[in-house]
Amino acid sequence: MNFISPPYLHAETSVRRVMNRVMLALLPGIVVYTALVGVAIIVQILLACFFALLFEGLFQKLRGRSLASLQDGSALVTACLIALTFPPLSPWWLTVLGVFFAIVIAKQLYGGLGQNPFNPAMIAFAVCIVAFPALMSQWPAQGLYLPLSQQMEVIFGVSPRIDALTAATPLDAIKTALKMDSFTGSIQELLKSQSLYGTFAGRGWEWVTTAYLVGGLFLVQRRVITWQVPVAFLASMTVISLICWLVDPTRFSDPLFHLFSGGTMLGAFFIATDPVSGCATPTGKLIFGGGAGLLAYLIRVFGGFPDGIAFSILMMNICAPLIDVYTQPAIFGMRRGGKKKEREHE
Amino acid sequence: MLQKLFKFKGGIKPAHHKAESRGTPIAAAPLPGHLVIPLSQSAGEAAQPVVAVGDKVLKGQFIGKAEGWLSSAVHASTSGTVIAVEPRLMPHPSGLATLSVVILPDGEDRWMPLQAPDYKNMSLKSVLQYLQDAGVVGMGGAGFPSHVKMQDSAALGDLVINGAECEPYITCDDRLMRERAGEIIAGSGIIRDLLQVKRVLIGIEDNKPEAIAAMQAAVEAAGETTFSVVAVPTLYPAGGIRQLIRVLTGKEVPVDQRSTDLGIQCFNVGTALSVWRALNLGEPVVSRVVTLTGNVEQPGNWEALIGTPMNELLALARPRADTDGVIMGGPMMGIPMPACDVPVTKGSNCLIARSPTLFPPPPPEMPCIRCGACARACPQELQPFELYWWSRARQFDKAREYHLSSCIECGCCAYVCPANIPLVQYFRFSKSEIRAAAREQKMADSARARFEFKQFRAEREKAEKAEKLARAAAAQAAKLAAERDAAPEGESGAVGDAADAKQAVIAAAVERARVQRAETDSRDA
Ligand code: SF4
Ligand code: SF4
Repeated sequence: MNFISPPYLHAETSVRRVMNRVMLALLPGIVVYTALVGVAIIVQILLACFFALLFEGLFQKLRGRSLASLQDGSALVTACLIALTFPPLSPWWLTVLGVFFAIVIAKQLYGGLGQNPFNPAMIAFAVCIVAFPALMSQWPAQGLYLPLSQQMEVIFGVSPRIDALTAATPLDAIKTALKMDSFTGSIQELLKSQSLYGTFAGRGWEWVTTAYLVGGLFLVQRRVITWQVPVAFLASMTVISLICWLVDPTRFSDPLFHLFSGGTMLGAFFIATDPVSGCATPTGKLIFGGGAGLLAYLIRVFGGFPDGIAFSILMMNICAPLIDVYTQPAIFGMRRGGKKKEREHE
Repeated sequence: MLQKLFKFKGGIKPAHHKAESRGTPIAAAPLPGHLVIPLSQSAGEAAQPVVAVGDKVLKGQFIGKAEGWLSSAVHASTSGTVIAVEPRLMPHPSGLATLSVVILPDGEDRWMPLQAPDYKNMSLKSVLQYLQDAGVVGMGGAGFPSHVKMQDSAALGDLVINGAECEPYITCDDRLMRERAGEIIAGSGIIRDLLQVKRVLIGIEDNKPEAIAAMQAAVEAAGETTFSVVAVPTLYPAGGIRQLIRVLTGKEVPVDQRSTDLGIQCFNVGTALSVWRALNLGEPVVSRVVTLTGNVEQPGNWEALIGTPMNELLALARPRADTDGVIMGGPMMGIPMPACDVPVTKGSNCLIARSPTLFPPPPPEMPCIRCGACARACPQELQPFELYWWSRARQFDKAREYHLSSCIECGCCAYVCPANIPLVQYFRFSKSEIRAAAREQKMADSARARFEFKQFRAEREKAEKAEKLARAAAAQAAKLAAERDAAPEGESGAVGDAADAKQAVIAAAVERARVQRAETDSRDA
């Protein structure tokens, strides 16, 4: 007779299912992204996934753990996020290096799944952008459609990297403009003149980020993530960009542009919501998301990096444990007489 | 009457699995080959046996006398011969034995002469006494003696009758309410009068429409105006006392208080029935309705005698060949039985035959990903993953800070955990460690108190002795001085005394150090 303890029932859920849902939610973004820049991005995702599993398996083995954890899908989610945040035509070794830092340094060395204080994919991004700023800033120029064979040659380093390959992203453009004292005219005109502006944000990119938003809303609807982090993230970014924009509309972009540019949507719904390295209490999540959105804006507009998502989330990761300690919710029976939640049922 | 309802946070909606066993009426289980009646079936001290081997007993006869106010009496559940009074395995996963009376039935099932008490003209105290002697305890599973609960309930506002039966698989209360609604209402009426409450709220989960209808009809038939039968939304654990009170009254029982502090007392429908039987028929509690379900061919509800070996009872439902154990209670909070022949007790509401296909062993435990699903499911609004973290780290003080003591072990958290962590197991472990530590602390405290008192007494005696000696010496000296004779005698006495006192101080210090060492040892262990 075996003594499994109660409860004997279990909901249909597993870490793997959660991770699969997250990957499913990334799908619309991946599809639109592929349409925008070509199959290269799929190659990057496969590359990242392969090495993520390889590193994860290797280190699980080294640490004397079971390889069953390869099936939990967490390494794959990290791999996808790396592939989606790195420039799509990055050399293959840069992607692999990113995966190495994420899986080995940021995750396995801290004890594996559930133990990492920092978001692994963002560690990868931060390390690589500090070490290889030029490569990490090579975003494909708009309207440059390289055939697949040529993309492969670029990624795998057979042919030299073409300068024409890259161009300033909309975020680069506005930052550069902000720093030029002699800059006259408005941001919008500047972006339009460089044909960087689409319908409401960066041309082409706006649809990728919209697709991320769709996927993110799916996650909220399926309760894979809660609403607090994304809402707080987007709200704080909206507020701060609105303030700056109202103060000086010629030098600062409007909130809509910021919400749909760079890694905002990916960060708000897929990265800042990482439960392991984020906050767990409802109030903590609001603070975490709000802080990350604010910092991301400040870094992307005033800082030295093309986008601020990675660093803002890492900074909030540092604060997360402390925030959790100070935002412990009241438990059932700590509100006197239940007056606080007089929600009627009928 | 449209009752205004409230919500509690969290909760889960597992598959009900009630359809299997709720369809057929309650049937009386046949007499088993023998009965093993544990003398400890409720909270409080075990009852004291008042029969000996060889005694002939009648059904309903006293076999265990309540030991103190918290205890409850035990009766023979059929007529026959006492063949043993010895420790037998309890229906508890610990596998501990408890003193039990084993009865060989004579097959006649003859009641002792029953006489209903004239409870309407008795004082509350003697009615409660009567209930204690009739062995009336909570029939919902916890088995807290009902008379103690009633005593604590002076000047109440609401009486809550719990017919929620929120756990999957269990249908005994459902059948009871459908078949014996009149008695339950009458019993609830008696409790209402005893406690002098203004309002009786009967909460039944809305997945039991027949029970709700039957109870409503019974209320109308009885012409009771203070009663309302309330259909509460089906959401596990709506039958938890604090949750049910919240749903019915909107009140949250504060963590450090009991429901009676808010003027609310709660009884299970089965308990109300027991009260009615005891006071109206003079019948003590000798049987209960048990749901037999799970991996069986013929699930259903049976009225079983207390003490029926579970395997004999379960055989009535014809368990399938691959049955590998029995769970007492529901699948969320039920406990695995240490052996298949442990007896049915007053708290055995349901027996589930288990098999690996019915309840597959959980997939391997994975690391917690802090997804918070457990916190969203927790009806007590705790942060189970924090509790888990601190329990795993054996930091029980921290676990307490995160309100471990408010955990009702409902299992909602473990149910939703994607990492398959047996959270409840961790919490039970931590709670038992905390209890053990508290016990040790108490023992150490009382040992120290005893020791210190002894020390104090020894020193006081020493001081008194020294004082007496000194007085005597002084008198002696005065006398001797008066006689101009030898003083040294008194002096030498004083010196010897001082040396004595020094010795005692050293001994005391050594003893204190020893006690301290022993304490830290036991705390580390
Ligand atoms: S549900 Fe499980 S994995 Fe998620 S936070 Fe709770 S304990 Fe951790
Ligand atoms: S078992 Fe305890 S911690 Fe888990 S959901 Fe129930 S009350 Fe909350």
